[in-house]
Amino acid sequence: MSEVIDQYVKTEYEAGFVTDIESETLPPGLNEEVIRFISAKKNEPEWLLDWRLKAYRQFVEMEEPEWAHLNYPKIDLNEVSFYSAPKSINDAPKSLDEVDPELIETYNKLGIPLHEQEVLAGVAVDVVFDSVSVATTFKEKLAEAGVIFCPISEAVHQYPELIQKYLGSVVPQKDNYFAALNSAVFSDGSFVYIPKGVRCPMELSTYFRINEAKTGQFERTLIIADEGSHVSYLEGCTAPMRDENQLHAAVVELVALDKANIKYSTVQNWYPGDENGKGGIYNFVTKRGICHDNAKISWTQVETGSAITWKYPSVVLRGNNSVGEFYSVALTRNYQQADTGTKMIHLGKNTKSTIISKGISAGKSQNAYRGLVRMSPRADGARNYTQCDSLLIGDQCGAHTFPYIESKHPNAIVEHEATTSKVSDDQLFLCQQRGIDTEKAVSMIVNGFCKEVFKELPMEFAVEAGKLLEVSLEGSVG
Amino acid sequence: MLKINNLHAKVEDKDILKGLSLEIKPGEVHAIMGPNGSGKSTFGYVLSGREGYEVTDGEIEFEGKNILELEADERAKEGLFLAFQYPVEIPGVSNMEFLKASIDATREYQGKEPLDAVSFMKLAREKCQQVNLDQNFLKRGVNEGFSGGEKKRNEIMQMMLLEPKLCILDETDSGLDIDALQVVADGVNACRDGNRSFIVVTHYQRLLDYIVPDYVHVLSNGKIIKSGGKELALELEEKGYSWIDKL
Repeated sequence: MSEVIDQYVKTEYEAGFVTDIESETLPPGLNEEVIRFISAKKNEPEWLLDWRLKAYRQFVEMEEPEWAHLNYPKIDLNEVSFYSAPKSINDAPKSLDEVDPELIETYNKLGIPLHEQEVLAGVAVDVVFDSVSVATTFKEKLAEAGVIFCPISEAVHQYPELIQKYLGSVVPQKDNYFAALNSAVFSDGSFVYIPKGVRCPMELSTYFRINEAKTGQFERTLIIADEGSHVSYLEGCTAPMRDENQLHAAVVELVALDKANIKYSTVQNWYPGDENGKGGIYNFVTKRGICHDNAKISWTQVETGSAITWKYPSVVLRGNNSVGEFYSVALTRNYQQADTGTKMIHLGKNTKSTIISKGISAGKSQNAYRGLVRMSPRADGARNYTQCDSLLIGDQCGAHTFPYIESKHPNAIVEHEATTSKVSDDQLFLCQQRGIDTEKAVSMIVNGFCKEVFKELPMEFAVEAGKLLEVSLEGSVG
Repeated sequence: MLKINNLHAKVEDKDILKGLSLEIKPGEVHAIMGPNGSGKSTFGYVLSGREGYEVTDGEIEFEGKNILELEADERAKEGLFLAFQYPVEIPGVSNMEFLKASIDATREYQGKEPLDAVSFMKLAREKCQQVNLDQNFLKRGVNEGFSGGEKKRNEIMQMMLLEPKLCILDETDSGLDIDALQVVADGVNACRDGNRSFIVVTHYQRLLDYIVPDYVHVLSNGKIIKSGGKELALELEEKGYSWIDKL
């Protein structure tokens, strides 16, 4: 049986790209000059340059964290280039015919429409195609509602008072090594502002921003939901994204003011490295939200990519009666390593949090859940429920759970449940005996295991996520 | 329908089947009886192609086709069905989803049009009713939290849905009370249409009062050592398995 499973987990990533290095790329290495260069390139105001420099000065005093259950060679920042000019349209593939057919096949399996395939594969499209006009229509609709949704680099110029007030307010520059690095050199990202009492008329998706700007490896996102507003934000997409940078260190900050509601969903499918563990993206992300009175923040993530994942989307429940949620599916195979989880910091009274984490390990991968639930001395009536399930495929992978609970209030209730199970030979044989081949059976069992999380995803995303797991687990069998 | 000649098989280097031969014609019901460890369950697994059950010698011909080279799922789609002694749970995967995947795969293999969702639901509900299973079963996880009797009825329901040519019932009576046994047996008997064949693997004669076989075979130490009509089961019941050791 293990042979069959081996074959699955050896499926190659279907988006292996090698591209020539662009001309306008800074030489590798990081110093103050580099930061001034980046800031100048973006024509940034003085205050932002100072903000970046402050972050940089804190960064150089910091050490790369080593507490995660991850094993990788130290990152040499002298070998990383911190700025590259946006891609020239002349170097991009002219049509889908020039794109790796395997990639196109993956897109087709995922059911991605043709024009989106072109955008995702980086095809130089100079005619007006559907998604651009769709994006324009959406923009008009958003503007009508007063919603701001634009690249953060643009927001710096157009809404400086919002940026100055909130940038770094949830994740301070010196929060951690990677957050400090991001603060110093962030490339671009999304900015969202939902005015008071407004329910954002549509799901905000990075899909519609892709063709406007390449966000690069140090993405920075800031979402502000003003009092009583609602927003659902979708990050990433199920399709494998073309990317040449190995090191990614993103920061996402969410601010939910009184009675606001933010739902943030992520599907991450970056290059995980080959079957021998060579290459692949290192993904070090700091995601955090802050909830004021009666506000709610919900993180949902489906993580299948990257060689190294270091990511803990967290919620600071500052206001009374606020609610934090974390729903996660993390799938690792080959030599992938993931150390992911969440932090729920209960400060306000009657705050509630729910954590549902599903880890799936296959091949020789290592998958760790790391979560902190902290009940502060004034978190009267606070409650947390945590459920942490691991599913093992094959016998060479690892699943680990590191729950941290700090309760400083006598009536706080913290519940933690954890299970570990295996896709058993008996289950596979039952499926086969009913005519379902092993490949389909594994994907069905894994999808069943993830059901509780998938139902939290917006509809279309949930369907895509199911397909993504299927494609990720696909092998040469049958 | 099925021709087995001199079948030898091993599991983890242990020889279990040691020269088993059997021929089954369309519409026949054959009972395989034998003491614990005689190879009864192994026989079902070998026939259905379970991984890890290695055939070292002999032939299996099903509907004129050598099936030894086929994967377990292909054998199933050829029309070979195994009702499990202990059906395993698949948490989170609903029965409905599971059955749809099963029926879609089978129909595709057999070159039939896929069933649309409405016809499928209608069919599944109808079969549930026949084995006295509440329709809510379709929404629950595969065998998840089912009682022993419910699991077995679920197996029979799947059998009715997939309409196989040959059904192997592996100790279907184990863990069933009389009422549940009656329901299961009624289900099986309803499927006897003169063409469909059955191999009923059982430890006790009791089941054969409900599902009356045409032939009874006694399996001992990996071989069929005695065959006869349905009376053989009664004789076996009366004299015990130690009797056959003396044969």
